Amino acid sequence: MDTLSVEGLRKSYGATAVLQGLTFALRPGECYGLLGPNGAGKTTTLRCALGLTQPDAGTIRLSGLPVPERAREARLRVGIVPQMDNLDPDFTAAENLLVYGRYFGMKERDMRERIPRLLEFAGLAGRADAKINTLSGGMKRRLTLARALVNDPDLLFLDEPTTGLDPQARHLIWERLKQLLAQGKTVLLTTHFMDEAERLCHRLGIMDRGRFIAEGSPREVIAAHIEPEVVEVYGEPGGAPAGPPQGGAAKDMEQAQPANEHHPLPREGGRGDGSLMSAADWAKAEAAQFATRVEVTGETAFCYLTESRPLLRHLAGRQGLRYLHRPANLEDVFLKLTGRDLRD
Amino acid sequence: MNYFRPPSLSLRFFPVWQRNFLVWRKLAIPSILGNLADPMIYMLGLGYGIGTLLPEVGGVPYIAFLAAGAVCFSTMNSATFEALYSAFSRMQVQKTWEAILNAPVSLDDLVLGELAWAASKAALSGAAILGVAAALGLVASPLALWSLPLVFLAGLTFAALGLVMTALAPSYDFFMYYFTLFVTPMTLLSGVFFPVEQLPAAFQALSAVLPLSHAVKLARPLFLGEVPAQAWLHIAVLAGYAVAAFWLALGLARRRLLK
Repeated sequence: MDTLSVEGLRKSYGATAVLQGLTFALRPGECYGLLGPNGAGKTTTLRCALGLTQPDAGTIRLSGLPVPERAREARLRVGIVPQMDNLDPDFTAAENLLVYGRYFGMKERDMRERIPRLLEFAGLAGRADAKINTLSGGMKRRLTLARALVNDPDLLFLDEPTTGLDPQARHLIWERLKQLLAQGKTVLLTTHFMDEAERLCHRLGIMDRGRFIAEGSPREVIAAHIEPEVVEVYGEPGGAPAGPPQGGAAKDMEQAQPANEHHPLPREGGRGDGSLMSAADWAKAEAAQFATRVEVTGETAFCYLTESRPLLRHLAGRQGLRYLHRPANLEDVFLKLTGRDLRD
Repeated sequence: MNYFRPPSLSLRFFPVWQRNFLVWRKLAIPSILGNLADPMIYMLGLGYGIGTLLPEVGGVPYIAFLAAGAVCFSTMNSATFEALYSAFSRMQVQKTWEAILNAPVSLDDLVLGELAWAASKAALSGAAILGVAAALGLVASPLALWSLPLVFLAGLTFAALGLVMTALAPSYDFFMYYFTLFVTPMTLLSGVFFPVEQLPAAFQALSAVLPLSHAVKLARPLFLGEVPAQAWLHIAVLAGYAVAAFWLALGLARRRLLK
């Protein structure tokens, strides 16, 4: 099955190089994540792949066809969930699907047969005649997902599909995406949520300034780019006793061991009833002897390390500091590679 | 990329037309009333009001003179509003165009669909005024039925001109320039309300290049039961405007949306 392959993609707007030689290919049946801060070039990549933007250089094949030359035909086999909902506000849920199916040249009768199943899949079975403005944000997203499936595509593009949704709505979207993957569909996902990428993506590429700075499975990327464990250290605000239950800190220290990648157990420790020291000052003075790498943002020190026991033992004896011990995740990699500065 | 390459047209414009038709059908009654009320008020108010003060205009009662102008005016207004405000909403505000372009529909198909839809709606407005004029006995002969294809052609012309503005517009406010600098002067210079011959020579020369005056020069004889003089010239001018403006509108839309 032909999916999407992109080679040496370049695109500049004026003096700004948005894509600088991007290369990647989707394997049939996988979920591939495009990750990156705002302005990394994710949306431009999707637009190029769909033939809606002409790249300055590079080759693109979508559904086995060259893009942009035959982009329109290639889109027959692709379903798209855009970043912003663009459902038709004048139509009901069912009419949205019907009208969209016509753009794919689908027959009226086939569509009428398909619509109830699509609405069912989207969890909108009783909502066929609902106006769009009566639907919640999560329902709109699910309807947009159903709309992307009108043509039974082999390949789905999802541009930040869960942005702005509550946890229930996000989990439902994730469930549906897993079902689609189980049906053998290929998915290209862009997201800002690292937990979403870790959960769904077989492989991912982290982009910054128009090129990949890391690529592989979530585990590979984490293993290749960052220490396995993280201890976040915070100052205790106001010095009030606000630690865990009695004895918690000591117990945590005894059990400290390489954390489980799938079930991070947050561990809190420390007590704030003594002299105060900010986490930043502590990090400057003492963290280096325990951690491979220390990053301080505001009042939090992030200690990256392979062996956490000495640090946890040290922290258990400290007053005025709290900490969270957890396995390193994709967000740590992302922040390490793309920096902690805001990208607006 | 050459944004102004020739349009590549296909029947895939039709689902876009259908989409707009479906929206219109839901709001058809207020929409038809709105489309009819304005030109009707002009035609009846000016026709019977000013008409009683005038002996005859061009050899016929003023309201009979005005009827053909009102049909063209109504067609122009309807096409213009659809191509400006409604199309801009779909392009910019509702992002309907973005959704359509993600499907296997090209921008060329999409803009053609908008053009065909605006022209259809305009033709309906023109036809409705024609029906009212006929019912009031203001139409001399069945020759007036030829104004049905004419209003569709004029609808294409004014829709295409409107789409040029839409492709350029940063916001709805921009459209005021189009009305005050182009549509309103054109209405007064094109023989809708009074014969162009009343105007100074310089204005008559200007009038000769305006698309609305060519539509009026076709419609008025048809309403009065005559075959228009130089009919093909007027048709060619309207068609020429339609093709050139559509091409330009599409080029501007490509530059705006496919960059």
